[in-house]
Amino acid sequence: MVKFVDKKHEGGEWSSMFKILEKQVHSPVIKQFVVEAPRVAKSCKAGQFIILGINEEGERIPLTIADFDREKGTITIVFQEVGKSTIQLGAMEAGDYIKDFVGPLGEPTHIENVGTVICVAGGVGIAPVHPIARAFKESGNHVIGIMGARTKDLLFWEDKMGEACSELNVTTDDGSYVRQGFVTEVLKDIIEQKGKENIPLVIAIGPQPMMRAVCNMTKEYGIKTIVSLNALMVDGTGMCGCCRITVGEETKFVCVDGPDFDGHKVDWSELALRQVYFKSEEQLALEYRECTCGNGGAK
Amino acid sequence: MADEKAKKTIDPHKHEMPVQEASVRAHNFEEVALGYDEETAVAEAKRCLQCKNEPCRKGCPVSVYIPQFIKLIAERDFEGAIAKNKEKNALPAVCGRVCPQENQCEKYCTLGKKFDPVGIGRLERFIADRELKMGVTVPEVAPPTGKKVAVIGSGPSGLTCAADLAKLGHDVTVFEALHVAGGVLMYGIPQFRLPKEVVQAEVDNLRKLGVKIEVNSVVGKFATVDELMEEEGFDAVYIGTGAGLPYFMGIPGENACGVYSANEFLTRTNLMKAYLFPKYDTPIKIGKKVAVLGGGNVAMDGARTALRLGAEESHIVYRRSHDELPARKEEAEHAEEEGVIFDLLTSPVEILSNEEGWVTGMKCIKYELGEPDASGRRSPIAIPGSEFIMDVDTVVVAIGQGPNPLVPRTTKGLELNKNGNIVASLETGATSKPGVYAGGDVVTGAATVILAMGAGRTAADSIHEYLTNK
Repeated sequence: MVKFVDKKHEGGEWSSMFKILEKQVHSPVIKQFVVEAPRVAKSCKAGQFIILGINEEGERIPLTIADFDREKGTITIVFQEVGKSTIQLGAMEAGDYIKDFVGPLGEPTHIENVGTVICVAGGVGIAPVHPIARAFKESGNHVIGIMGARTKDLLFWEDKMGEACSELNVTTDDGSYVRQGFVTEVLKDIIEQKGKENIPLVIAIGPQPMMRAVCNMTKEYGIKTIVSLNALMVDGTGMCGCCRITVGEETKFVCVDGPDFDGHKVDWSELALRQVYFKSEEQLALEYRECTCGNGGAK
Repeated sequence: MADEKAKKTIDPHKHEMPVQEASVRAHNFEEVALGYDEETAVAEAKRCLQCKNEPCRKGCPVSVYIPQFIKLIAERDFEGAIAKNKEKNALPAVCGRVCPQENQCEKYCTLGKKFDPVGIGRLERFIADRELKMGVTVPEVAPPTGKKVAVIGSGPSGLTCAADLAKLGHDVTVFEALHVAGGVLMYGIPQFRLPKEVVQAEVDNLRKLGVKIEVNSVVGKFATVDELMEEEGFDAVYIGTGAGLPYFMGIPGENACGVYSANEFLTRTNLMKAYLFPKYDTPIKIGKKVAVLGGGNVAMDGARTALRLGAEESHIVYRRSHDELPARKEEAEHAEEEGVIFDLLTSPVEILSNEEGWVTGMKCIKYELGEPDASGRRSPIAIPGSEFIMDVDTVVVAIGQGPNPLVPRTTKGLELNKNGNIVASLETGATSKPGVYAGGDVVTGAATVILAMGAGRTAADSIHEYLTNK
């Protein structure tokens, strides 16, 4: 259960803390936590996300839910260390507590039986694709999974994805595992082989350039494609508008209207520009961590 | 006769509020107004005429016992004064700072007809701050009733409702979506107007009444209102989720980098403490020339915050004239003193940006004032051909907020108006759904802290009655 810690921390708030029950290191930069969060686990659905805050000074970090166990009351998150906060998160261990953990946020992925669904996962996007693929399979679809990463070391959850999908294809950009090539190439092969008329839906989650490339391809084939966007956010409840993007001429908030959107309508150029908004500050934060962190900072 | 006497013995002027020097405060986040000391407070309290008909109380949305607490200050019974104030006011340290007293209690002060009115807000702040410093006495709480009430949102309305119900012996849980309680008092109103330590001290006072506060809990997501009532055993629910949905202008270029909603700009700065970056992790980017769109209190907060974050120029861009500014006079004055530039009768039509998506300027059009409109204010009319480019690199949109739809959308049987506000009786707070009450900005649209508190109090009375008869 959520534990109410009987002490005030600096901010003056009495806090409920969220325990990290398990930690797994998939690669030097990709890590996985199982976190005790019964409230979130009770109500979350595939496609939703959480926001966590490590400590009083921490920023609010949105992460898509990678798995959940309603009975144990746990949420699984997988993240890649890309900046100060995720590096700090990655340094935490099982038994440590995360100060804030809120969710489920966003709208769940729309799950229905359409026949065949191709779920494309790139890099750390494998984690959020997993529960979505599983949900599509559970509702009777034939789910074709495609997972890829730059190199073998960055791949994880081949077993879990194998279970979640009806068939699974794995690729690496550098050819260090299974086959060489981008996920888009595998996708093209499958579409050509099965026939575009037999594939009503593609789900694509991963780095923005990958999602954009998938959408460019499926648009030509006329296959509906849903992407899950990971925009910059603050509150995650529709209050600030930081995550706003243009989807089909309309401004949408990723946190409450998404994170899933029709990938053919997303203004990818705008999204790419907004994504690097705080690039220089992120660099500054990293440098600050390196000079204030006793053990020399980032490993 | 009374007037003659008053003229002889009463100082016609309100005692000045000591403030930080404008040129200094424009560059720090310390509180602007410093508060009365004991002698000033007693002297100011002695200006009160103690009118039998208590006109000041009629101007107060929560009917604070104003003459009574002021009399106790004049007698130097400060503990008595705060106890008397808190009989009606759950958040005196907040109200003493952010209430628009000039439109409420002080507007009706008899003394105000000839002289300055009594500094009621300043006196309220004095006794509240003194109590926070000295240690708070917990008011008496009625024996447990066994009834559970969920309060959604921990802003001024929710906190007031929770405090009143807890005092009556109900088991109250407040659900807050963010990681800290206080709502707009934490994320919206800046540190320099309302220190966050003051808000947290007031929130702690509520905990001492037995109110449970669950942060990180987004109702409508982890559970709906119906689930709270059916599965978690809440007998009644109060919705005080505020006006947290930012409005944008709807003009081209608004999604450029460097354009913030006021909510984002203020949330990053206040709640996430971006002004302490990189000690705190949340960043904020501020350019050299900032334009804040709008003329209300939130716009003033934005423009003053921009200066403190290091902007070389901070502009208020508003399409009507100075007289129509919806902001409190004091806030607009403080902004002007600090160096905020007012570009009035001006409104943007397009935000310009460079290839990297960054704001490079704003295409604006000039306005003139025409006949009074439905609001009684002279309506602004665009002057054809008056377009010009304003040289800015950061834009903060502070043109208002709507109700956050997360709770209204997920609650069955809750009637909403066309703007998405919850329809609730202003006399009772009752909504179209039995056992569910609502108040504050989610009902009225964006208004003031004290009006939200008044609605919280009204609903608490109704909820108590509902639970007693249930």
